Amino acid sequence: MNQLLSQHTEEIKRILDNYPANQKRSAVMPLLYLAQAQRGYINKQTLTEIGEIIGISPTEVASIVGFYTLFYDEAGGRYRIQVCTDLPCALRGAEEFLEKLCANLNIKVGGTTADGLVTVEEVTCLAGCHRAPMFQVQDEHGLSYHENQTIESAMALVEELRNRHLQPGKEDAE
Amino acid sequence: MSAYAYQLLRHRAIPNLDRLEVYLEHGGFKAFRKAVTEMKPAEVITEVRNAGLRGRGGAGFPTGVKWSFLPNTLWPHYVVANADESEPGTFKDREILEGNPFQFLEGLMIACYAVQANLAYVYLRGEYWQQNQELLKRIGELEQAGYLGDHLFGSDFALRIRTHLGAGAYICGEETALLESLEGRLGQPRLRPPFPATYGLFGKPTVVNNVETLANLPGIIEHGAVWFRSFGTDKSPGVKIFSLSGRVNRPGNYELPLGTTFRELIFNHGGGIPDGRTIKAILPAGASSAIIPATEKALDTPMDYESLMALNSALGSASVIVVDDTVNMAWLVHKTVHFFKHESCGKCTPCREGTYWMEQITRRIVHGEASENDVELLNSVASQMQGKCLCALGEFSIMAVLSGLQHFKSDFFASMRS
Repeated sequence: MNQLLSQHTEEIKRILDNYPANQKRSAVMPLLYLAQAQRGYINKQTLTEIGEIIGISPTEVASIVGFYTLFYDEAGGRYRIQVCTDLPCALRGAEEFLEKLCANLNIKVGGTTADGLVTVEEVTCLAGCHRAPMFQVQDEHGLSYHENQTIESAMALVEELRNRHLQPGKEDAE
Repeated sequence: MSAYAYQLLRHRAIPNLDRLEVYLEHGGFKAFRKAVTEMKPAEVITEVRNAGLRGRGGAGFPTGVKWSFLPNTLWPHYVVANADESEPGTFKDREILEGNPFQFLEGLMIACYAVQANLAYVYLRGEYWQQNQELLKRIGELEQAGYLGDHLFGSDFALRIRTHLGAGAYICGEETALLESLEGRLGQPRLRPPFPATYGLFGKPTVVNNVETLANLPGIIEHGAVWFRSFGTDKSPGVKIFSLSGRVNRPGNYELPLGTTFRELIFNHGGGIPDGRTIKAILPAGASSAIIPATEKALDTPMDYESLMALNSALGSASVIVVDDTVNMAWLVHKTVHFFKHESCGKCTPCREGTYWMEQITRRIVHGEASENDVELLNSVASQMQGKCLCALGEFSIMAVLSGLQHFKSDFFASMRS
């Protein structure tokens, strides 16, 4: 049974309707976003289910996950803080910012905090060059930008995410 | 002094221009209505061609000419808006999408009428997730208000707009890679010919235009080609959004006529270099630039397509990165090469291997682990890539390397010794 399809029948129909009927394959990325919103990464079962919906092999779906950096094949922290360190940001201190942020969180770049809350990653240009240091936060609900950052503002955000996560009743049952 | 009349960043002068009723109050969709009700598609193409509008995504190809390549024997036609803005130093399309989204959509709709496309896609980089959410709402409002749908303004013309999110791949800004991605494949460029004009999305004739290019169209249709040509230079008409970043006091987007000098952008608008430092170099087209040493002559160069080619560089998407005298250029070149190595799609060997080795060599240089021969090796690898890559990504990846070695060679040796 195709769980993704049975749980999101209407949404999947809406996605497929965006493309000509004989071009279902175009829906692979929106379907991956839909699936990733459930658990934060794409597992093997999802590859098969998406492949079934649009008529391509699980391997082909996996190649899309591997190629595009916003899709993940393994779990990370609940929130991914992605700091841009490309040239324009680096000229405004983004590399030092990333280093200090990781030191403050007691992790290495790419690592996840011990409580599983935050993964910090180094990414390429996010089109926020004029407001560096900056990062985006990716979670199950989507993406948000945080610009003109300092270590203090970034740590305050982490604290806020931690509190949000610990609020009784807000925690997802997994 | 009268206030500058913005053409593209009009939201800076008009509050809430991102709301449909405000956009309509300020002449919104007059141009689209005029195109559909008073002009033949060919007349729209002619007007845009006469205006001399050139693609604002980087290539600078004349927009009206691009449209005229679509054969009227093959149908349907598609228009795809390229909102995959990812060049380091470029953040102009983002401001249009956030501040003046209806002008972009109106431009897209005019382009669709011109080539008689009934379905358009907006391909946004995956990081523009919030912008996509907003855009979907606005497209819904336009459907409600009768600006999208069937029989627009009582004509036979029908139009629908869909959006499609990328997922973090710079290469998808290249138009054929974008089309592959939109078809659900890896974002890898196609061999050309055939070009998208004859074999594009789903194998059909397709126009791919940048967000800023499209945002220029309502003005051209409303005020005409002659008005448009009253800004900018003869060969590079119109205004342009310059994204200014790096070591400058006031980084940000500046809408200025093409042909404005670097000096005016960096010192008048951008407020000059922080901490009393001296300007050392300029990258006029983001990481894809040949580096320009900031001589007095260079600072007085007009920023237009031809003048920058004369400096052996390019205007690209006009993402001007400013570098001061504290920056070691070997480090800078390493940053650009690291980017291209990360973003190379892997399809063609010169780019996949070349960017890998350039990254390795520049890393050794920056970390003080290189030998003197490594500088020559870097030059050799970059030179061998030239003219052999499948798309512009590979060709652009060597620009900073070769120009950096040409103008700032001592920085590479200095970095080695330190």
